[in-house]
Amino acid sequence: MLELSALFHGFAVVLTPFNLLLMMIGIVLGVIIGVLPGLGGANGVAILLPLTFTMPPTSAIIMLSCIYWGALFGGAITSILFNIPGEPWSVATTFDGYPMAQQGRAGEALTAAFTSSFIGALVAVIMITFLAPLVAQFALQFGPPEFFSVYLLTFCSFIGMGKGSPFKTLAAMTLGFALAAVGMDTVTGQLRLIFGFTDLMRGFDFLIAVIGLFGIGEILLSMEEGLSFTGKTAKINPKVVFETWKKLPHYWLTSLRSCLIGCWMGITPGGATPASFMSYGVAKRVSKDGDKFGTGQIEGVIAPETAAHAAGTSALLPMLALGIPGSPTAAVLLGGLLIWGLQPGPLLFVEQKDFVWGLIASMYLGNLAGLIIVLTCVPLFAAILRIPFSIIAPVIIVICAIGAYTVHNAMLDIWFMLLFGVIGYVFKKLDYPLAPLVLALVLGDRAEDSFRQSMLISQGEVSVFFSNWLVGGITALSLVMLFWPLVSRLIARLRGA
Amino acid sequence: MDHDKDSTTGAGISMRATELVVAALLFVAGAVVVYDSYRLGSKWGSDGPQSGYFPFYIGLLICISSVINFAQALMTRRMAPEIFVAWGPFKLVLTVLIPAAVYVLGVKYIGIYLASAIYIALFMAWLGKYSWLRSIAVGVAVNVSFFLMFEVWFKVPLYKGDLDPLRFLGY
Repeated sequence: MLELSALFHGFAVVLTPFNLLLMMIGIVLGVIIGVLPGLGGANGVAILLPLTFTMPPTSAIIMLSCIYWGALFGGAITSILFNIPGEPWSVATTFDGYPMAQQGRAGEALTAAFTSSFIGALVAVIMITFLAPLVAQFALQFGPPEFFSVYLLTFCSFIGMGKGSPFKTLAAMTLGFALAAVGMDTVTGQLRLIFGFTDLMRGFDFLIAVIGLFGIGEILLSMEEGLSFTGKTAKINPKVVFETWKKLPHYWLTSLRSCLIGCWMGITPGGATPASFMSYGVAKRVSKDGDKFGTGQIEGVIAPETAAHAAGTSALLPMLALGIPGSPTAAVLLGGLLIWGLQPGPLLFVEQKDFVWGLIASMYLGNLAGLIIVLTCVPLFAAILRIPFSIIAPVIIVICAIGAYTVHNAMLDIWFMLLFGVIGYVFKKLDYPLAPLVLALVLGDRAEDSFRQSMLISQGEVSVFFSNWLVGGITALSLVMLFWPLVSRLIARLRGA
Repeated sequence: MDHDKDSTTGAGISMRATELVVAALLFVAGAVVVYDSYRLGSKWGSDGPQSGYFPFYIGLLICISSVINFAQALMTRRMAPEIFVAWGPFKLVLTVLIPAAVYVLGVKYIGIYLASAIYIALFMAWLGKYSWLRSIAVGVAVNVSFFLMFEVWFKVPLYKGDLDPLRFLGY
């Protein structure tokens, strides 16, 4: 059990007072971020990233990943108590969570949500512990064509598996790639797409894009809806917690199914939001109380929360093992790795053992700490939401501006943030997906590099992407994913005939 | 909210027009990418692919997908014309967006701390109908705590503005 000894080494790395303190700060900040409208996992981490530039990378990633766990927990509080999903992945939690709160069962709903989040995350972390090293080891034999085909797979699955129009996904994604190309070409040193504006030489930083698209865009959206908070009071006492815990084992099958859905959707770049909806939908179809879903069924809280947390956590697996993030927040964490001077990819498991296993160990501890903190401090966090929107909104815009500025100490970035905010608002209303845009912006340069290297190897022959069974298999799978809507229709027709 | 009932129908900016404009803008962006990549060289140079090789095809894909999106928006005929945003909510969005732009302009001249304090105070007093005393108190308190956190604790200097009115503090 090489992984177990490595994991214990990781625990040794994490269990220093400084790291534990950062973990607590991260969780609390994360829950606050998750509760506040306009601040979410991705842009919350993006805003706080500059504060970690001077920390050792291991401590930095522990704090930032704990912010992420905290945000995952925090989304449940607002959706159950206020019927306002603080995060997109907790929308499905409102369906049964809010009715439960209306019936005076808020404590039960919250306990169920937090506990299933914890279980979902735990299963995902266990999977990461044992699967990630294997994937990384396997990926060590990858050359540029293999890496490009994995990028291709990521982006093709966005197009084929997305809910909306595939051409809108394509447009958003290619826009991300184009923005990534702005600035200095790393291979030839030529300046691309800057049209004489020297300020554009640095290119568009994806952190600015994340802060604008998700932060400012979200504020504009909430403003339009004219938020009125009518929250239920949260009372959690140990009695409710233990009684709910006694009930939860009945739903082990729902939990297990949701974990599997979550892990799968997290590794493939489906992400936490579709995972929570899918898990809710499946639970509704399978459960014998399926027709009562939406009226306050505890199962309707367990299913989406477990899946969302499992997906959110397992999105870190491809990020760690391959250097390909499975969600926008994982993308921001990947950006952090680059800033701290670590090279993401399979070599991370060989060269940065402390970092990788410290992070994995902190996932276990962070989620446990998160569970305890949210169970004990719910009323405090719920109180944040009672601060009127006309105070919260300008403060969040100020925080976003500060976050955008600190990335490069550039005034121009604050303007870009505002521009991305408008883009985020319009795109969201028109169903252009934002996640592929962000991922393309993060991975653009690396995808292009691996594409060019592959082309150099093959002297311009595209057939290099089918040159052996591995790269050929991944490329073929990408094409299947790309044309999945057509393929599934074909299968349905064949079955019908 | 009284805006709720006219959030998908009624008077406002048409959904279709927005779809068309966004698709057209994306097409222009794609065309710009294609143009610049072509200028840089989108072919095979003496030492491998040129700088514009990859972006050229990306730009082409943007153009193709936005043409299809444009056509789709043009073709779909809905029973009731959907609207992108009704005038009422749109006004609310602008009441956030325009002051935010003015705020960013303010940051350029008087720095993040002072501009933020003024912005928060004005936002609260104007949109939130709070008393001036309370608004100013919150604006100042939030920014003093940011100042302590960034300049003193984390030692991350923030932008003080071209005019740097807080010069006397010595940071």
